[in-house]
Amino acid sequence: MKVDRRSFLGLGLGAAAGIAVSPIGMKLTDDSSIWTQNWPWTPVPVDGEVSYENSVCSLCPGSCGISIKKIGGRPVKIEGLAEYPINDGGACLHGIAGLQYLYDPARVKTPLKKNGDKFEEISWDDAIAFVADKLGDIRKSGAPEKLACIIDKDQGSVSGLFKRLLKTFGSSNFYTMPSLESYLELTAATLHGEGETISFDLENASFVLSFGAGIIEGWGSPVNCFKANASRKQRHAKLYQIEPRLSNTAANADRWIPVKPGTEADLALGICAVILKNKLFDSTATANFKGGLNKFGALLQKDYTSSKTAEITGVKASDIEKIAILFAKAKMPVAVFGKGRGDGAQSLKELVAVHTLNCLVGNINKKGGAFVQQKTNYLEFPDESMDSIADKGFGKTKLGPYVNQLIEKVNASSEPAVEALFVYNANPCHSLHDSKNAKQAIGKIPFVVSFSSFLDETAMEADIILPSHTFIERLEDVPSGAGLSKTVVGLTKPIVKPLFNTKNPGDAILLIAKALEGSIAKSFEWESYEECLEGVTSSIWDSLSEEGFAIISEGVPSGSAKVNISFLAKNPLTVQAQGDFALTLIPIDNMRLISAGVAASPFAIKTVSDKVLMGRDIVVEINPLTAKGLKDGGTATLTTPIGSARVKVNFNEGTMPGVIGMVEGLGHTFDNKYVSNKGINVNDLIGPVIESGSGLDAAFGIKAKISKA
Amino acid sequence: MSEIENKAENGSTESAGECTAGEAKDDKGLGLGVIFFIVAFVACFLSGTLLFPKLLYSKKEQPFNFDHELHAGEAGDCETCHSVREDGSFTGIPKLATCLDCHTEEPLGETEDEAVFTEEYVSKEKEVPWHVYSRQPDSVFFSHVAHTQAAGMDCVSCHGHIGESTSSRPYEENRITGYSRDIWGKNIFGIKKHSWDRMKMDDCAVCHKKETGHQGYCFQCHK
Repeated sequence: MKVDRRSFLGLGLGAAAGIAVSPIGMKLTDDSSIWTQNWPWTPVPVDGEVSYENSVCSLCPGSCGISIKKIGGRPVKIEGLAEYPINDGGACLHGIAGLQYLYDPARVKTPLKKNGDKFEEISWDDAIAFVADKLGDIRKSGAPEKLACIIDKDQGSVSGLFKRLLKTFGSSNFYTMPSLESYLELTAATLHGEGETISFDLENASFVLSFGAGIIEGWGSPVNCFKANASRKQRHAKLYQIEPRLSNTAANADRWIPVKPGTEADLALGICAVILKNKLFDSTATANFKGGLNKFGALLQKDYTSSKTAEITGVKASDIEKIAILFAKAKMPVAVFGKGRGDGAQSLKELVAVHTLNCLVGNINKKGGAFVQQKTNYLEFPDESMDSIADKGFGKTKLGPYVNQLIEKVNASSEPAVEALFVYNANPCHSLHDSKNAKQAIGKIPFVVSFSSFLDETAMEADIILPSHTFIERLEDVPSGAGLSKTVVGLTKPIVKPLFNTKNPGDAILLIAKALEGSIAKSFEWESYEECLEGVTSSIWDSLSEEGFAIISEGVPSGSAKVNISFLAKNPLTVQAQGDFALTLIPIDNMRLISAGVAASPFAIKTVSDKVLMGRDIVVEINPLTAKGLKDGGTATLTTPIGSARVKVNFNEGTMPGVIGMVEGLGHTFDNKYVSNKGINVNDLIGPVIESGSGLDAAFGIKAKISKA
Repeated sequence: MSEIENKAENGSTESAGECTAGEAKDDKGLGLGVIFFIVAFVACFLSGTLLFPKLLYSKKEQPFNFDHELHAGEAGDCETCHSVREDGSFTGIPKLATCLDCHTEEPLGETEDEAVFTEEYVSKEKEVPWHVYSRQPDSVFFSHVAHTQAAGMDCVSCHGHIGESTSSRPYEENRITGYSRDIWGKNIFGIKKHSWDRMKMDDCAVCHKKETGHQGYCFQCHK
């Protein structure tokens, strides 16, 4: 026997065959595929025990209860909190993506001080000392009223602390950004008297006449509105939606009534005219009217006949009469105002005209109607200690009634009209009309202190940033509002230890007040914001701390409301859009985006349709009849009196001819690659139009032209 | 017949003749080749079957022996220690706090394992770093409550009679994947006799097909 190459061939073949039929092959294939899932750079969530903590979301005025799922102490998911009186387990996409704000690339991680064009890190002690020093100089100069503050809302203890600091400093220049709550209060003050506010019982109404309110697009308390709308079919309730474009709410409504932009007030008055003419009003309710009901009636019969209203609004006269009769004869009708999300520019004439419908049919403080009651005040701050400088400064008149006037005064004045500005939870350089103008004004103020958690457009203009915890990291009372038929105060709780060197804005204010010494420090004697919160909410603290919320009012309020019709009886002018172009550009509120305060999260931005945002290009809606010379999906140049932009075009028969719709909430320019440099900011194209009589920015849109790029 | 076909036929005849001549000359070589083949085949097959698993898996001892039978007897059932939380999630291996519902720093028995437990873990308030025989890859979502409560399955169906064991067997870790040998199953060919012998995806699918009529969709377990 001779060992030759064939023997070796046999050996090799035998080995190969032996291995092939052994389990090595299949096992190694399986194992190697699992091995590829376990490479060290593959992110794997850390395992741990699951726990839940309850809190309240404060991303929008909705104030929903949330349940935060944690694994091994790390928050991983936000869900709606079941049985919470506002949202009962529901949550919106911004709420569920709330954790992304914790890790936002644009977060301010430590106090920053501007040196030239750049920010430099600074310690909290130095930052507070620096702010106190600057403010001290302003006070010494004898003009404490030159400290102003722009904040998101005039509710809650943190807002109360800012207001208190301004007052004890000697300034009444406290401004809030436009919000539905502020419009509700203003409408109530105009029609019913100071200190009142309005809410709507959408959960029970049998006929909802909505003047552009985006009931499923983020209006009011969004999740509560979704639920009210979802139950509408079961309750056999009707929704008529009046607005220039077929929004999601309009598409979901029983009827969409297209109306020329900016003529909603006229339509409401036209409906009032039909109700008065046909004596469809509630005579018991109108008996409470003061301020010239006859004069108002005569005005309506003269200027707002159905045919005249039809001409102004584009709604057929027969439809106006039909809507008026349906509304007046409905068992539980309610007319809802606040276009879009209700926090943009609004005309007081429109708000009051719409609410007058509620007053006329006598649904005030009735089930399914509009509720008029005193503003909630559960906060009990001790009296301030005011020195003579504070008294003198605080006694001086505000620079203007609203934030728009503040911006205007600062820009118009050659001497600084405002020496120092506090900004918290507000981004006027993005959210206000003619945002470039707002940016210029903020840039002109010598000393701007931002309390922002993020380096957004306004924080970029600040001289110093005292970064706040995000709502996942801070303690705060969050009162509901925004048209909700019940008043609930929720408690936002710190779910995680702060990720960065940030503070609760309440604590930052306490530190500044203490550093200012004297009567100011005396007005802020709390050791911490937590102690302050417990003290000022003492009447509801037990419920807040144990239940996580306190119900302040619920159900139909008792008593009727007085109605003073004098504002409308004076026949205020209807606001016209700025410019002479043939088309009208209107902003669109989209549920998937946020137009005020924080920017939408990366997750929310990803959910935006390519009919709204295509790549980095914003898409505008236009009716094919208006889009002569343009191509569907093509690029165009949109020009308004204040700016021009390159846009993509989407032919949409749901937009009225003559109207161009552009979404709000895009076009951020700060350092967050997931959110910024996508689309353009519609506020760069629309300028403010101040309504005579109210002083509000009531620009519902702006005249525009569009041509092929 | 074409020219090419002719050539092919001729060529074939020639080579056949050579081959016959070769076989006659080297038939012993072929015999040896067959033997080599068989030897190599057997050696490699046996290596792949017997030696390979020994190389693939590293044996690790548990921190100390755990007597399931004793504990199950004392506690009454599996759920006392391996419970489902209110939200439906499964607690898995109990944390030290659960052990301390019964145990204290004083040993409950006289065994060496009890001494290790109390000295090393209870008094130091340290979690016991158990090796989990049934730990699935992170890419797998599995709901215990859906199987035990909704479908009424018992623990044994997947975990076997571990509740009756008196000591902890060594944990065999796959050197490539890092997971337990129990997932693939003790039998390296993947052959199983009982439902608890393997915990691979196919085993889930087979049971799902049998019980629900459908093997299930990818996203149900791979979220």
